[in-house]
Order: sequence, then structure tokens, then C-alpha cells
Amino acid sequence: MMRHRLADGRWHPAEIVFWLMPVAVFFLLPDYLILGSQILITGLFALSLDLILGYAGVVSLGHAAFFGLGAYTAGLLGAHGWGEPISGLLAAAAVAAFAGWLCSFLVVRGGDLTRLMVTLGIGLMLFEAANKAAFLTGGVDGLSGVTMRPLLGMFEFDLYGKTAYLYSLAVLFAMFVLVRRIVASPFGLSLRGVREGARRMPALGANVPRRLRVAFTVAAAIAGVAGGLLAQTTQFVGMDVLGFPRSAELLVMLVLGGTGRLYGALIGAALFMIAQDVLAGINPVYWQFWIGLLLVLMVLYARGGVMGAVSAWMARRRAVAPREHGADA
Amino acid sequence: MISSLPGVLFDGVTYGSLLFLISIGLSVTMGLMNFVNLAHGAFAMLGGYVAVVLMNRLGVPFLAALPAAFAGAALAGWILERTLYRRLYRASHLDQVLFSIGLTFMAMAGATWWFGPGQQPVVLPAFLIGQVRVAGLDLGAYRLFLLAVVIVITLALGWLVARTRFGAQVRAAVDNQQAASGLGIDVGRVFSLTFALGSGLAGLGGGLGIDVLGLDPAFPLKYMVYFLLVVAVGGAGSIRGSLVAAMVLGVADVAGKYYVPAVGAFVIYAMMVLLLVAFPAGLYGRRAA
Repeated sequence: MMRHRLADGRWHPAEIVFWLMPVAVFFLLPDYLILGSQILITGLFALSLDLILGYAGVVSLGHAAFFGLGAYTAGLLGAHGWGEPISGLLAAAAVAAFAGWLCSFLVVRGGDLTRLMVTLGIGLMLFEAANKAAFLTGGVDGLSGVTMRPLLGMFEFDLYGKTAYLYSLAVLFAMFVLVRRIVASPFGLSLRGVREGARRMPALGANVPRRLRVAFTVAAAIAGVAGGLLAQTTQFVGMDVLGFPRSAELLVMLVLGGTGRLYGALIGAALFMIAQDVLAGINPVYWQFWIGLLLVLMVLYARGGVMGAVSAWMARRRAVAPREHGADA
Repeated sequence: MISSLPGVLFDGVTYGSLLFLISIGLSVTMGLMNFVNLAHGAFAMLGGYVAVVLMNRLGVPFLAALPAAFAGAALAGWILERTLYRRLYRASHLDQVLFSIGLTFMAMAGATWWFGPGQQPVVLPAFLIGQVRVAGLDLGAYRLFLLAVVIVITLALGWLVARTRFGAQVRAAVDNQQAASGLGIDVGRVFSLTFALGSGLAGLGGGLGIDVLGLDPAFPLKYMVYFLLVVAVGGAGSIRGSLVAAMVLGVADVAGKYYVPAVGAFVIYAMMVLLLVAFPAGLYGRRAA
């Protein structure tokens, strides 16, 4: 018989190996650090969506709204003389969390379709607002002139992206530990309960809307941190941080990696960004076509993404092993 | 030029009727199959490109290109429904969204590859150019034509749904799929035909709307919100609801852009969120989707 254990928060050796990889990249591939920090930031963004989509089961088509809010918050602070990175990130998280908390009241109402439309509408509304408020955001030209002071007063943001990479990695890891803790907590379990049976949870005494609101707010805050990181490390904020394509691509990455597994978000983001870097360099139009095809094929044939395939393979191996053992005895 | 309130209203109503024509198929697929099809705009775009290619490259007259736009999009819809869409009727909404976003991306990339990223020009026949003076108002001839086409099609649709056997089957399937198939209605066939019809109407709308909405590869994403909004506000599966929603939306959008250009599309998005929160099942919703 297979034993099902609750997550006890212990780190599996595979997880430690996983986190050593980005550290190895820093030493082995110094030419790819700029792409690397983009991947880390996007991974953090995908992680925030995984919390609400993969765990709480709330579909969002407008998650870029919070990413963009964070990016503009950190960017505007940097452009107007507040170049201290860590406090900038905290401000980005606070603004995004507040917006997420406000939106969460709208989002928890209604079914999937309403949620899709409301999140889509919120995203588009913010995009339009940023477009019209060109005096503040720079409009389509983007917000430039973001200047950052050295990280912790010691490390300058350099041209090769060394500081940016390590900074992004540290923030990603810190956030990951936080999210990992959240999903293993009773609160995280209750989110999964909501995903699996939203009608039964109230019978257990759970306040479903409140739990969803908390999850949505936390996810918005983390998305804001990711956006703030992007603004600080690239020292530029373009309108595309709020765009619908960013929300859609985020969904693609998460599904590619596998939802509800945390590592799926990171792996999906890495695969997506690397493929984009390779393929979009050839022709951006083809890239859009391939990503569309990939989506269609994944929905039809490969639900669960990379991590889904990995755990299916592990489950098969685990199921085969005892049988062989039994045959011997 | 729009010069006064009646002019704005007229433009809004034509715009709304075009939105209605394109969205009605989406409304029925959502009501009937409970399928969130974000790729609906791609069928409208396909109709637009069919019309443009026929007119500009093959010299087919405008009035003949419109039925072809309908047929092309309907055929594409029918084939895709048979091969792909029907496999996902029971899938989660997330899967449907991802699938249809994928289709949309492919359609946009395909359109860019074949026709380039620019706007497609359309040459209207002489009798549809210029202004017609009606009751002291200068109204665009083309918009009057558009309005007339949409009215005729709406009446025909109303007749089809209310008076024919097929319409009765569609209504039965929307109300209760299981009971309908229990009564011997081939629900799968009703789905296919409805999907093809809806896609065809979208294609017709795309062809008719080149002069009003424009036509470029970004079309499906640019107007996706509007189509979804018509359906969400009108209530999935309700023709009357979609009509009312499309008109309100068309007038509000045109008026908003005319009177408060600084705010622009903001009005529409804000309206969408507020209406959705107030009426989660739509104004005439039959089903809380």
C-alpha cells in the first residue's frame, strides 16, 4: 500500500539540487545573466499566479495588473529619487497588495466566467489608465530614468547584470520559501479544499470568500514584487508590463510547467523564456504561432505540464517497484 | 462627421448592431455548450480576410463577397467544432480558455504571415459611399446598409429560433441538455450546426465591419473584450439579452469616445466590471455560468 503523508515542510534533496542550479548558472554562464534574471522574475510572477490558480482554483486573465502596479510603483520611486531597492520592493508589494485586496471583493463573486471577465476587465482598465496617464507613466514611450542606489548600500547594479541576478534570485528564493510555507499550512490545505469542492468547504466551517480574498491579496503582493524587481533591474518600465499578452503568457508558462506544484511555475517560466529567446530571435510572428500551437496541444494531450509528466512517471515507478519486490518474495 | 446627439446615437446603434451580429454566435455557444471561446473574434477576422481577398485580388463585387465571408467562417467553424472544440465541452473553463487563446494566437500569427501586419483596405461600391439625408440628418449610406443587414438577419434569426424545428431543438438543448438528448434530439448535431452558424455570422460581421472596425491581425484580441462583454452582460444563450447589451455597449462606447476622449476605452472596461459584479448571470441570464 502507498502511504500518503502530509507535507511536513522538510526539503527534499531534489529541491536542494533544483535551487543549486541558478547558483551554478551564475558562475558557469556569466553571459546569460540578463536573460537569467528575467527568468527568475518571470518565475516569481508565475509563482504568484500558481498560488491562486493552482491552489485556490481562481482563474485570472488579468494578473499582469498587479505585476504592472508593482513595476510602476518601484519605477516611479526610482525615477523620483527614491532609489533604495529593498524599500522600493516593499512599496511595490504594498501597492499591489492593496489593489489586489480591493479587486478580490469583485473576484470572489460569481463563477469561472465572471472571474475571467472581471480580472480581464481590471487588467485592461489599468492598461488604459497607464496609457492615458502619460504625464505620470510616460505612456507608450515607457518610464525611463529609473536610477537605483546600490543594493544594501554596497552592491552597484552593474552592466553585466551580476547584482541584478543575485538580487532577483535572493528575492525569488525568499518569496518561494514564503509561498511554500503558505501552501503547506492549514490555510493552504483549505485553499486546496476550495479548489476541489467549493460547496463542501462551508460545511466544514470555512469562510470560503475570505480565504480566497487572502490568497488573492497575497498573490497580488508577490506579483507586485516581481514587477518591482523587473523595474529595478531593467531600470525601465514599459506599458507592456500591464498588457493582456503578459497575463496570457503567464497562464501559458504556468500550464506548461504544471499548476499547483510551485516548481511547475518556475520550470514553466524558464522553459518559456528560453524558448522565446531562441525562437523569437528568428521571427516574433512565428513565435506567437508556436506558442498557440503548444497551448492547443497541451490542452488536448498533456494536461499537467512538465511537472505533471514527472509525477506521473514517479507514480508509475513507485507502482512498479513493489510488484517486482513481491514477485521476488 | 458626428455632429450631434442623434448622430452619436446613430453611430452607436450601427456599431452596436455590428457587435451584436458578431457576438450572437459566441452567446449561443456559451449558452449551449457552456464553452468559453475566446477565439470567436478569429472567425470574424477570417470572414473579413475572405471578403478582402475576394474583392481586392479576385475582383468579386462587395455584395457577393459577404455571403462568401459567411460561408468561409461557417465552414472553418464547422470543421474546428467537429475536430477540436467538441473534445473540450466537458473540460474545465481554464482548459477552454487556454485552448481558445492558443487558437487565437495561431490565427493572428497566420494572418500576419499571409497578409502582413497592416490594416486591410476595403473599396465599397459606389452606391454605399456618401451620405443620405434622413429626417434632417446626414447619415452614412454604408452605415444605413449595415443596419438594414443586421435588422434582416436578426429577424431571420428570431424566426429560426422561435418558429423552426431546428430552433426548438436549440432552445431545448440550451435549457436542458440531458432532457433534450433524452427526447431524441441529436444534441451533438445541434452543437455543430449552431457553432457553424455562429461562426458564419461572426465572419459576416467581420466582412461587413471592415469599414467600421478595421481589419488587421490584432483584430481577435482587440475586440475580444467587446464580444465577451456583450455575452456576459446580455446573458449567455439569450438573443434578446445580447441585442440589448450590444446596443448599450455600442452607444456607450461611441458616446464615451466622442464626449470624453481623454478617458477613452476606460468607460467600457469600468462598465464591464460593474455590470458583471451587479449581474453575475447577465441581464437576461438563463444560467449562472
